Amino acid sequence: MRVLAQLAMVMNLDKCIGCHTCSVTCKQAWTNRAGTEYAWFNNVETRPGQGYPRRYEDQERWKGGWERTSKGRLRLRAGGRLSKLGKLFANPDLPEISDYYEPWTYDYTTLIEAPLGDDVPTAAPRSAITGEPTQPTWGPNWDDDLGGSTEHGVKDPIAEKLREELGIRIKFEFEQSFMFYLPRICEHCLNPSCVASCPSGAMYKREEDGIVLVDQDQCRGWRMCVTGCPYKKVYFNHKTGKAEKCTFCYPRVEAGQPTVCSETCVGRLRYIGVLLYDADKVTEAASVADEHDLYPAQLDLLLDPRDPAVIRAAEAAGVPHDWLTAARRSPVYRLIHDYRLALPLHPEYRTMPMVWYIPPLSPVVDAVSGSGHDGEHRDNLFGAIDALRIPVEYLAELFTAGDTAPVRRSLRRLAAMRSYMRAVNLGQETDEDIPASVGVTGEQIFAMHRLLALAKYDERYVIPTAGVGQAHDLEAIATRCSLDVDGGPGMGGGESTVDLVSWADGGRPDALFPTLRGQDR
Amino acid sequence: MRSPRKANGNSANSHAEGAATSALLRLGRYLTRTEGSADLHSVHLTGGREGDAFYRDRWSHDKVVPSTHGVNCTGSCRWNVYVSDGIITWESQDPDYPSVGPDKPEYEPRGCPRGASFSWYSYSPTRVRFPYARGVLVEMYREALRQHGDPVVAWASVMDDPMKRLSYQRARGKGGLVRVSWDEAAEIAAAAHVHAISRYGPDRVAGFSPIPAMSMVSHAIGSRFMALIGAPMLSFYDWYADLPVASPQVFGDQTDVPESADWWDAAYLMMWGSNVPVTRTPDAHWMAEARYRGQKVVVVSPDYADNTKFADEWLAPHPGTDAALAMAMGHVILTEFFAERQVPFFTDYVRRFTDLPFLVTLTERDGAYVPSKFLTAADLGDTEAAEPAWKTVLVDERTGEPVVPNGSVGFRWNEHDQGRWNLDLGDVVPRLSLLDDPGHRAVEVLLPRFDVDGVLRRGVPAVEAGGRLVTTVLDLLMAQYGVRRGDLPGRWPSGYDDPAEPCTPAWQQEITSVPAERVARIAREFAETAEASRGRCMILMGAGTNHWFHSDTIYRSFLALLTMTGCQGRNGGGWAHYVGQEKVRPLTGHATLAGAMDWVRPARQMIGTAYWYLHTDQWRYDALRNDELTSPLAPGALAGTSAADTLAQSARLGWMPSFPTFDRNPLDLVDEAEEAGIDPAHHVTAKLREGTLGFAAEDPDEPRNWPRVLTVWRSNLLGSSAKGHEYFLRHLLGTDANLRGEEAPPEARPRSVKWQDTAPVGKLDLLLAIDYRMTSTTLFADLVLPAATWYEKHDLSSTDMHPFIHSFNAAVDPPWQTRTDFEAFHTIAKRFSELSERHLGVRKDLVATPMTHDTPGETAQPGGVVRDWRDGDVEPIPGVTMPRLTVVERDYPAVAAKLATLGPLLEKLGATSKGITYDVGEELNWLRAKNGVATTGAAQGHALIDTDIKAADAVLALSGTTNGRLATQGFRELERRVGTELAHLSAEHEGKRISFADTRSRPAPVITSPEWSGSESGGRRYSAFVINVEHGKPWHTLTGRQHFFLDHDWMHELGEALPVYRPPLGAHHLSGEPGNGAEVTVRYLTPHSKWSIHSTYQDNLHMLTLSRGGQGIWMSPSDAEAIGAKDNDWIEAVNRNGVVVARAIVSHRMPAGTVFLYHAQDRAVNVPRSETTGKRGGTHNSLTRLLVKPTHLIGGYAQLSFGFNYLGPTGNQRDEVTVIRRRSQEVRY
Repeated sequence: MRVLAQLAMVMNLDKCIGCHTCSVTCKQAWTNRAGTEYAWFNNVETRPGQGYPRRYEDQERWKGGWERTSKGRLRLRAGGRLSKLGKLFANPDLPEISDYYEPWTYDYTTLIEAPLGDDVPTAAPRSAITGEPTQPTWGPNWDDDLGGSTEHGVKDPIAEKLREELGIRIKFEFEQSFMFYLPRICEHCLNPSCVASCPSGAMYKREEDGIVLVDQDQCRGWRMCVTGCPYKKVYFNHKTGKAEKCTFCYPRVEAGQPTVCSETCVGRLRYIGVLLYDADKVTEAASVADEHDLYPAQLDLLLDPRDPAVIRAAEAAGVPHDWLTAARRSPVYRLIHDYRLALPLHPEYRTMPMVWYIPPLSPVVDAVSGSGHDGEHRDNLFGAIDALRIPVEYLAELFTAGDTAPVRRSLRRLAAMRSYMRAVNLGQETDEDIPASVGVTGEQIFAMHRLLALAKYDERYVIPTAGVGQAHDLEAIATRCSLDVDGGPGMGGGESTVDLVSWADGGRPDALFPTLRGQDR
Repeated sequence: MRSPRKANGNSANSHAEGAATSALLRLGRYLTRTEGSADLHSVHLTGGREGDAFYRDRWSHDKVVPSTHGVNCTGSCRWNVYVSDGIITWESQDPDYPSVGPDKPEYEPRGCPRGASFSWYSYSPTRVRFPYARGVLVEMYREALRQHGDPVVAWASVMDDPMKRLSYQRARGKGGLVRVSWDEAAEIAAAAHVHAISRYGPDRVAGFSPIPAMSMVSHAIGSRFMALIGAPMLSFYDWYADLPVASPQVFGDQTDVPESADWWDAAYLMMWGSNVPVTRTPDAHWMAEARYRGQKVVVVSPDYADNTKFADEWLAPHPGTDAALAMAMGHVILTEFFAERQVPFFTDYVRRFTDLPFLVTLTERDGAYVPSKFLTAADLGDTEAAEPAWKTVLVDERTGEPVVPNGSVGFRWNEHDQGRWNLDLGDVVPRLSLLDDPGHRAVEVLLPRFDVDGVLRRGVPAVEAGGRLVTTVLDLLMAQYGVRRGDLPGRWPSGYDDPAEPCTPAWQQEITSVPAERVARIAREFAETAEASRGRCMILMGAGTNHWFHSDTIYRSFLALLTMTGCQGRNGGGWAHYVGQEKVRPLTGHATLAGAMDWVRPARQMIGTAYWYLHTDQWRYDALRNDELTSPLAPGALAGTSAADTLAQSARLGWMPSFPTFDRNPLDLVDEAEEAGIDPAHHVTAKLREGTLGFAAEDPDEPRNWPRVLTVWRSNLLGSSAKGHEYFLRHLLGTDANLRGEEAPPEARPRSVKWQDTAPVGKLDLLLAIDYRMTSTTLFADLVLPAATWYEKHDLSSTDMHPFIHSFNAAVDPPWQTRTDFEAFHTIAKRFSELSERHLGVRKDLVATPMTHDTPGETAQPGGVVRDWRDGDVEPIPGVTMPRLTVVERDYPAVAAKLATLGPLLEKLGATSKGITYDVGEELNWLRAKNGVATTGAAQGHALIDTDIKAADAVLALSGTTNGRLATQGFRELERRVGTELAHLSAEHEGKRISFADTRSRPAPVITSPEWSGSESGGRRYSAFVINVEHGKPWHTLTGRQHFFLDHDWMHELGEALPVYRPPLGAHHLSGEPGNGAEVTVRYLTPHSKWSIHSTYQDNLHMLTLSRGGQGIWMSPSDAEAIGAKDNDWIEAVNRNGVVVARAIVSHRMPAGTVFLYHAQDRAVNVPRSETTGKRGGTHNSLTRLLVKPTHLIGGYAQLSFGFNYLGPTGNQRDEVTVIRRRSQEVRY
């Protein structure tokens, strides 16, 4: 057992209002610059819909993620080593800018500077890449709120799959309307195919928190990571020629702050916490034969942070005390493991994603009560889950490689919580059969309610800071002026090359930032 | 080892030059990787903290400053603004809100994608960085100034030259802005003001700036300037059609609603025409979370709106038919919970808190009866009591005798009844139905219906009282809703499944398409939940149901459901009107500063809709006669009239304000009177009587009566709220328009308003806009002043969605030549005062104001009977049968000094709001000490408010919500009137005073205050009317209760004395628009957008990227197919009012026959020229036109009295249709 700790995220889609605040705050903080205009580390998709870049889930086309060979081993779907080598300079599996969208801007200055003419000035659109006049024909969120559904929504790869493989036809008709939103960031996978795809070794997964990053110095712009990532969450900066991606806001989480997308989520649906897992078993788990077993296999990878054996092993592996404490308080672990509410996104890609989702429940009762039954009654409520506007099969294709049982369990537990709490709300006696029927206790319902409904800030985000566990590194600092450490700015002259007035190129004095865990850099 | 210095900032070039080499080098590494390393832990790396210094650098910043957004939105969200190298970089929400309590979710983090993108504006290419002026105008002005040497004379010379006027007015909106200095801009603005006041009168100048709550100081400063010079401020809440007229009608309150945290308390939540995730984005989580404690959620929306995702049930009535659905729900509730069985919780509530037990007289008509007026103490022959005509009557069940209970408006204002203005019934048990009176007789009443032609004939029990035949409001209500009881005569529904008789579920199904069975079931569930939860059912209602011509009837049908089930005045219950309902929590302080009430009273305040209806000449195109609106049972007072006639009548009876008021300069009128030695009010009354003085509203097109100078700040009037946009362009501004309509034919023109043969084109001398970005308003303005943004100034923000006050703070100082609104108005005022020395001096002004709600004036015209002095019904008596007339002094050279100080009237008269006057002596002492005093000039010795922070502190010090001393003092005052204990509500905070600094450090929770009807005491969630229900304080209405019945003459004219279903207007146009080829006629709706707050943010690149980059019209696949349009095709929407060019967004979430053009996408971005006219396509309001509903103009009658933004005609825009065509896909800009 090799215990590693990872920061993971759960998003409760049942609460997502599709406002895109997360996308905008992320964009403003990270990618509103030349070269990344088209890149949204965080985006929100309306489902059914094509997503961004369009139809990214069509791995037949894009060759992202892993596939299992007949011998039971994993290989990159984009091809083995030699085939990749052959394609180094012409990667056919790369989305083009039109698959994302060609970013545009406007002749805004016309509004102020237009000379006297014969009509009202207007700012006409221009390509942000070429500067030429253009017309927007696709965007990062073109099919928002089912826009263009009858032309575009029908091309949703999941809708296609349901139609072609399962004969389930999603109706794009007024009376049958349904939608939900899917916010997406990098999955910071345990078995990241982007990292494996990189010919330069520029991508890496941080040992201390599992964040997957692109080393901007090492990156040589091959873009194999773009192909390799089945979620299409690595982007090519066309100005710098480097790959860029969601950083899980490491400058923030290192300081114990939630990611920008989380903290600014006005739906209060994101959770961040620590998960412990057995690093030695990742490959094995990602290689199980039956795709339906991938979700349970990933669940099994997760280690119980309350188990003394796990704690001992983790301590031995150098996981700091505060990380272990955080793991025990982890909201993410509870939602994934204890309540079985959260599910992974597309486990069939075999990357072992670490951003999980609680499926959307609603609307639930109208299908049942439409027939004259009491939609609020527990029995009907559970029955209704199979009559959901959002087909359970659709959700299962997203979260469990098509296995509807885990989705149904999650939805039934949410429904049970509503039903049970209604009695509490109205001051009536609770019906203990309700939690029992979905395999939880009344206390657990209250605990779920606390986490999902009250969702207090310090329970949504349990994030240990990065350096505190390494107090021994700081011992030297603590006994002297903190600036006087070796090479520190307070040393003055000597061997320090630190220019206090202007740190060059975004560099920082070494001594101000001791390494984690005391290892050599 | 990883280098700590390896940011990628300089690596682009090295990559470019060395790509090939590097590739080869790296290849080696690639090939030497361990084989079979599918387990990727070989690439686990440590020390990642310095692996990507680029991002760490990007995250670094100099400081973080809390601020918020001053947009017209109820968010009032707290944001952290990041500043790096002195530049604003981005913003993210500050999650630090005071807790709502351990058992509830919290307010953090409030915000939305629009707010998150605001910093884009700071340095965007659409930012207004310098003052600009219309080139044609400024050249003529400079030339004239060289010639005349005096700015005012120079300005006048340009204005007096028709060719010059024409040349710059026709250039409006066509580019050609040139940079000018602040000095020159201020001089032109000041000269224009001085000229207009001197030549035409101060009421020919106007200011427009909406929504004070969203930056109180920036609003107040300009409004205060207008008040000091005597210019009217134009209302916005009614103009935006956000004012729910049903609220003053039913509650006697402008709007008071629960904070969003109170949704959590609801057991049943209906969202009816309110798309919460889009329009209340920061609050929406309460809706999602409350479901987890078992709240049931019902959405009523014609499309699959964003909130439908959260609904347990979705009802999709045809647009505008919502009242039919609600009336049917009322039918079910009255049948099952009032007729078939009685629920003590409900009956007890309606007895105490509604007008249902009150007696209404019946008048004979066509062999039956019609309901007439409330029976009053005067009818009972009570001559002893004060104001008997204002005291309504009910029957005491114990004795069967009529009694006059406390609490009606007759108890409110007279000294004799001190302590009796309350809802205490003593031992009286109000009789709800006269069926319980053994002596009753059954009579038939006639009731109007509007779904089809005809009249309802239904029985009610009646008795004699005061010599009249009377029944109760409840009995009338049962008849109106078609709930049969006993063997009452008349024609009744045979059951829920009777489609022919209003108001059954089957009847509504024919109208709305919603299945009858579902309506009955949901109504039953609603009432059962209300009973079980003791009133915790809530209806969120918004623009979808409030922007219709007949929205007041729609809302009354909703309010009826809540009131009959005892849900108003409860935590978790009641109405929650969420559109435009901004709440200036520190109400008294803001109103004092904004109205310059410390220097001069009263201020001129104008109803916006009437102002624009007349001055943009939309009245000339309005062929709708009131006869088309009146009841089949109307007595005929409105027969043959048009909206302009009713406006004129409302103005001369003192019901609604009217500015400009007279067809003369009011300054000259006083001079004239004083010269003749006559009291100016007598002078004016005499001239009116003899017909030598007229009202401007009776001849709005006469040049003397035009508005001359208009200042717009904190607003994009033309691109956002201007219903009848193209009429504004042609008539108010005098420039090109895509207007296609024709003037009303002679037989449809007003009778009492003069028709000038030629419609004026170009009324305004000057349009002055202050903004930080380019909009339709700045594009058409003559002067554009560069404003500071919300991250560059200090100000205050509050909302009714949360109970906090917090602040704007300057993260950086205003860049380039931008200035805060506060500074801009001081700049203009200073120059204005200088120019006034020579041209205006000290003058006297005659101010005509209407009878006002929450003042004794609301009891001027008893009985709601129309008596017109012009018809000889009564004498013209100012303040009784016509407007109040007040002479005030205007010391024009002192305007700048007064703007910057708190004047002496506060000391003398105190500060008043909602009928309560506060002694603010202590507060003034504190402000003098804190802010300092003016040491010289006209305002010497007065407390300074010469900076935005000082003004903010004055607002906070002078309000009960932010000053516990005043809150408690106000409650003590109220106790004297009401006679019950109230001061304990704020006593816990009597010593608490919120200062500006407090609002900066964290959002500050407000104090319970008599300024509002709810309570935050003890940390409870705010819900409206809690004080009324829990402490017996009357509503500010005629009966002191919530009204189902409205007995004013004009309510009877319109057939709206009781809740009723009225179909949307314009349905007949659906087949009436001419056309050829592939086109489709559809209902045209303009709901609020997901990607903008009105027009703000719609031009923001982030929002344009996340939407589709310009105007889009959402339509159903079948409508798109009918015109051969695919998704994203260019289409044109055309009707008599104008043209819109947009892209089609085709979606199955839209019902067939209805299209959406999201509100206020404006034309400044990506709007091509239209095929129809060859000119630039219009805005969403290019297809709309104003229609004025007469009942919104009622005044002088208890709750139906004017109040600024409280009551007035709405600028509704939903009852519109348009033709849609696919156009050529080649577009030209």
